[in-house]
Amino acid sequence: MSIIRLQAAVALIGRFPALAGIDLEVGEGEVVLVQGPNGAGKSTLLRLCAGLMRLESGEGTVLGHDLATERPSIRRSVGLLGHDTALYDDLTVRENLDFWARASRVDEAAVTPAMERLGVADRLHDVPVALLSAGQRRRVALAAVVVRRPRLWLLDEPHAGLDPSGRDLVDQLVVDAAAAGATVLLSSHEVDRTLELATRRITVAGGTITGDVTDAR
Amino acid sequence: MLADIRLVAAKDLRIEWRSRVTLSQVVPFALLVLVLFGFALDANRPVLDAATSGLYWVTVLFVGVMSVQRATAIETTDGARRALLLAGVEPAAVFLGKAVAVALQLLFVEVVLVGGVIVLFDASIESLPLLTATCLVASVGIAAAGTLLGALVAGVRARETVLPILLLPVLAPVLIGATRAFDDALGTVAVDGWAWLGLLAGFGAINTVLGALAYGVLLEET
Repeated sequence: MSIIRLQAAVALIGRFPALAGIDLEVGEGEVVLVQGPNGAGKSTLLRLCAGLMRLESGEGTVLGHDLATERPSIRRSVGLLGHDTALYDDLTVRENLDFWARASRVDEAAVTPAMERLGVADRLHDVPVALLSAGQRRRVALAAVVVRRPRLWLLDEPHAGLDPSGRDLVDQLVVDAAAAGATVLLSSHEVDRTLELATRRITVAGGTITGDVTDAR
Repeated sequence: MLADIRLVAAKDLRIEWRSRVTLSQVVPFALLVLVLFGFALDANRPVLDAATSGLYWVTVLFVGVMSVQRATAIETTDGARRALLLAGVEPAAVFLGKAVAVALQLLFVEVVLVGGVIVLFDASIESLPLLTATCLVASVGIAAAGTLLGALVAGVRARETVLPILLLPVLAPVLIGATRAFDDALGTVAVDGWAWLGLLAGFGAINTVLGALAYGVLLEET
């Protein structure tokens, strides 16, 4: 079954075609590395797949939902780690994760295990997010994704700002998600590291896919 | 829907309680404005008496702009707006939750300011029910229109300066209606304050419905 299917997909940022006719099909359980230079359209591709951008032309489905007409259903089903962490500075780590769990209608019982998994449970759970380092914020944002248990993980530069143990943790999360049958699309400039995880590598440049290598390892 | 409204409102109020912005910055600012109005007009006591209601509501509008800017910034600073879309919260619930939080903060400041005009301007309350109803209904109108326009300018680069330019003219009916109703409640001018309250209620209802309907589009597009 195709988790992502895009045909001649065009997405605009303002009037600029950030994606200029993308054809892509991603199957269940694949771990796809999206690579390319800055401004190539990697983040836009992830946001399009998350249902956060309008399809200007072309067609596509994500998790069986039409990108043109069913974006709210897509959003509810994916887990996106973007450049922003979407955390409220004045709330504690625990309060942030509880809020996002309740907003996403996810069982709050999933919050504690996710915090433990990301190493933000003991010392940090009662700390306002404003006091966290960039790496710690990133861990909390990842915990928010883990809590949702998405079928499609969209990770934009997931290693950015993390210490070595945090990077290892991201790798393990990706491996575990894929082992559980989820599909992962991740962009990263750490190509060597990410190639170890990926089953497939696509190269994006100028808003189009210029390379697609299966069995990337 | 109700659960989502409560969730968003409680989150915004908790953030407000933690940051103490209303208590430590907005309330002192509002009282300072009243004091300055007092300095400017105290030499002409009859003018100050006649202008008390208007000065009160001009101050409340300033506070409203500050509260709406703060409520907008909560969602725009670190991409939380996008996350709300991803979470699948009904946009109307986000709008109503944020408007409720802003309205409650405004009501708190309005209560303090009523004390301010009594102490500083020597005002007296002739009709407490009318005064209370005016504060409640005007707060709803300011919060609804403000939350809606806050979402409209969320994607604008200089939104801190654009928001007051857009919001203050829109709130002119609130200023007029609430001032007239307060004139009656404070007994400074012989008008039918309850009739003016009707204007305020209409303004609040229109902006609440408009906001609930339009917020989703604004959340998507800005």
